[in-house]
Amino acid sequence: MELAADIRELTKTYVLKGETVRALRGVTFSIPAGDYVAIMGPSGSGKSTLLNLLGCLDRPTAGSYFLGADDVAKMTDDQLSTIRATRIGFVFQSYNLIPQLTVVENIEVPLYYQGRLGTKARKRCVELAEMVGLGDRLSHRQTQLSGGQQQRVAIARSLVNDPYFILADEATGNLDSATTAEILALFERLNNEGRTIIMVTHEDEVSGHAKRVIRLRDGLIQSDVQQPNRLTFAKSTNRPAAPVAV
Amino acid sequence: MKLYRTFILGIKSLLLHPMRSILTVLGIFIGVASVIWLLAIGEGISVEAQRQIESLGADNIMIRSIKPPEEQGANFRQVNAYGITRAEMKMLESIPTIKTIIPIRELPKEFTYNGNPNVKPIQGRLVGCTPEYAEVMRLEVEDPARSHFLTSIDVNSSAAVCVIAAELAKRLFPSEDPIKKQLYLPEDKTYYEIVGVLKHRDPTAAIGGSLAAQDFSLDVYIPYSTMQKRMGDTVQKRGSGFFSMQIFELSQVTVKVDDVENVRKTAKIIEDSLKMRDPERQDVAVVAPIDLIEQSRATKMMYMMFLGMIAAISLVVGGIGIMNIMLATVTERTREIGIRRALGAKQSDIRRQFLVETIVLSVIGGLVGLLVGLLCPVAIDIGRNLLESLAPRAYASLPDVAKIMKPIIVPLSIPLAFGISVAVGVIFGMYPAMRAAEMDPIEALRHE
Repeated sequence: MELAADIRELTKTYVLKGETVRALRGVTFSIPAGDYVAIMGPSGSGKSTLLNLLGCLDRPTAGSYFLGADDVAKMTDDQLSTIRATRIGFVFQSYNLIPQLTVVENIEVPLYYQGRLGTKARKRCVELAEMVGLGDRLSHRQTQLSGGQQQRVAIARSLVNDPYFILADEATGNLDSATTAEILALFERLNNEGRTIIMVTHEDEVSGHAKRVIRLRDGLIQSDVQQPNRLTFAKSTNRPAAPVAV
Repeated sequence: MKLYRTFILGIKSLLLHPMRSILTVLGIFIGVASVIWLLAIGEGISVEAQRQIESLGADNIMIRSIKPPEEQGANFRQVNAYGITRAEMKMLESIPTIKTIIPIRELPKEFTYNGNPNVKPIQGRLVGCTPEYAEVMRLEVEDPARSHFLTSIDVNSSAAVCVIAAELAKRLFPSEDPIKKQLYLPEDKTYYEIVGVLKHRDPTAAIGGSLAAQDFSLDVYIPYSTMQKRMGDTVQKRGSGFFSMQIFELSQVTVKVDDVENVRKTAKIIEDSLKMRDPERQDVAVVAPIDLIEQSRATKMMYMMFLGMIAAISLVVGGIGIMNIMLATVTERTREIGIRRALGAKQSDIRRQFLVETIVLSVIGGLVGLLVGLLCPVAIDIGRNLLESLAPRAYASLPDVAKIMKPIIVPLSIPLAFGISVAVGVIFGMYPAMRAAEMDPIEALRHE
């Protein structure tokens, strides 16, 4: 099976105020394309460190991390920037839209850093905005959108570069339960369409929707289980997984 | 395309805080406007000075007689014979590079016209000279068909004729034609027939200490020979309780040199021969306007450098203002930097973004400054008129050059202003941009 990401013996050690902190102590797992993984763990478990490494925002102390055919563990800062721009789709807890840009322009940002701007790119951004249900708010700014709408813009943005996986960091942390359900339904739909999703969360309700849950503790993998009985919107609502108005 | 987008993005970011951006731009705006203004005013002043000096003639040399300090006496003052003499003037004829020699003797006199009983005597200047004087001083007669300057026949025959300046003609003959009328000098009780009226001529400015400002408006010109015969070399003044006397043969000798190349050499020869007997001689001064032209060029350079320094300082201050704001902006937008880095921006992308933003700021400042700078001539005119009508006394105390000077926009100042504002943007934007680029993306994303 084709792998979206493959991590082998990943370790990360920080030196913080003269003290060595071993945030990750040899983590190995692989994520096949089309998987839907929740990464969980209490604070201090190495969850954030793993997220930063998966997002290519940081480099591991040792081990390897294959994203497609390339080991990104030893790449330079500029190379990592290119990887982020082309292979990873970020979704953050606080949405992280750029305030001075409109909805479409925000979706366009990753393409901008690949130098792939143009009418074709613009058209694709508009399509993505429509796909997440914001076709009528293309030129709105962050301040004119609700939290759920902002997060949907962020999800559209994460898809614009056709990433190897979507990396969602507590993507529903700031949302009420109704909106959380909306976003999770959107994830599920995307996963059903073949997108790989990795989400970091500490809420069981959220992780319950994932196909697989990896739990971290003290920098090591505590458990890595499939969830055959996961929660899905298809089952519970008995209709195709598209509760979001398109 | 990418750069264009970066540019648009820069403008959008700046528009998030319009007031802040305007205030930041102000520094550069003032700097650039002052560069253009200072250059224009500097050029205006130097062109004016140049014009005045050139009106004295680059191929002329003036030998001035300088009156020594009077002996201190309560009611009797006498000055011994001083200045360049006729014999010395004669000697100049042997210098081969000298083409023309003009003897000049100037006396303050009162003039009147007996045909007009309403005219009070007017204080003016009586100048004894030769026909060449008109050419050298650039004097022209009005209506050449009917009037003329002094002729060599007038000089040879010591004729009692005169040529008067336009202003004097207007005042003595408000409603009559002055030609062929008799000008009367009440102090000497002599008459001179008016043969010519001159066109108006702007006064020349004083240059250094050796050449006083000349106002030609109340001049009367008579043949030098006539003056010598009728008035001699002694000037006596009698008043209630005082008597003064001074003796001088010539006020000035102006010589025209055959070639501008030879002016300095000739001036040196003249000076040496005049001071042959007494190297410390104080009663003559040899002035070559060409030297003053050179001097004024050097002064201009100094002036420009000085103004340039002031402008540079204001630009540095403006640049520091920009840098300050950009550093604040970078800190404020740490989160944005983190987002952009996460979405694939390289360090160089972030650096470029902030650099472009700074350059946009400084170039907008530069362009506005340029526009205001180009208004300089108009603004100076308005300012002068305002000052004249609101505070006439303050206006009157302005130096002449400030009153007549016309600022001239130096063409170079336009690309210069633009270049300077871009350079300021690059120089002062570099550090904030590097700070932004070198942020750790993880830290930046966490920033609240």
